[in-house]
Amino acid sequence: MANFDQELDASGLNCPLPILRAKKTLNGMESGQVLRIIATDPGSVKDFEAFANQTGNELLESTEEEGKYLFLIKKK
Amino acid sequence: MDEKKLAIIATKGSLDWAYPPFILASTAAALGYDTQIFFTFYGLVLLKKKLNLQVTSLGNPAMPMPMPVPVIMQTMPGMQAMMSSMMKKKMKSKGVASIDELRALCLEAEVKMVACQMTVDLFEFDTNDFIDDIEYGGAATFFEFAGQSDVCLYI
Repeated sequence: MANFDQELDASGLNCPLPILRAKKTLNGMESGQVLRIIATDPGSVKDFEAFANQTGNELLESTEEEGKYLFLIKKK
Repeated sequence: MDEKKLAIIATKGSLDWAYPPFILASTAAALGYDTQIFFTFYGLVLLKKKLNLQVTSLGNPAMPMPMPVPVIMQTMPGMQAMMSSMMKKKMKSKGVASIDELRALCLEAEVKMVACQMTVDLFEFDTNDFIDDIEYGGAATFFEFAGQSDVCLYI
C-alpha cells in the first residue's frame, strides 16, 4: 500500500459518518496530502467513490482486506 | 463553478423521520453544497435543545420488530417508550449516529436552519427551548433560498 500522511479509523461507523469524518480530517490537511481511511460499512465503497467524484479529491485506492475497506484519498 | 444548493423542508418529528433531513444535509455540506433546512409543523421539535424523539409501530406495519407484537398490545402505556429505547440501542450498536450528533455536525458544517415562525406561534413553543443557531422565518424566507436550489426535498 502506498504512503499516506494521515489515517482515519472509521471502523464500526455507519453512513454518513465515515464520509463526514473523512471530510473533517481532509479539512485539516494540505493540498496533495493523502488520507488513509479504514471503514467497515460496505456502503462506504460506493460512497467514497461518489465523494471523490463530487469534491475533486482523488480516490487513489479502494481495497478490501478481511472485512475492512481501505481507501486512499488525495486532497485536492 | 458555483456552489450547489440543497433545500430541505423537515415536517416530521419522530425519531425515524428525523434521520433523512440531518443525514442528507450533513452529507451535502461535506460534498460542498450550500444547505438549508426549513423546519415546520412537527419537524420543529428537531430543533429543541433537549431532544426526546420517539418511534411508534402504530400505523407502521413495516417497522421491523424483534418479535411479533399484536397491534392491541402496541397501544399499551409504556410501549412507545420501550420501542424507542430499543430502536436507539439498536442504532448505537450498529454505529448509526444519534440525531444530536448529526445535528451538531450539520451546524458545524454551517447548514442553515430556519424555524417556521407560524408553527412556533401555533403550538406556542418557547423559543428558549430551541438551539441558538437558528433563524425564524416563513414561506417567503424558504423560497428565497429554495428558489435557487439545485435539489429541493420535502421530508
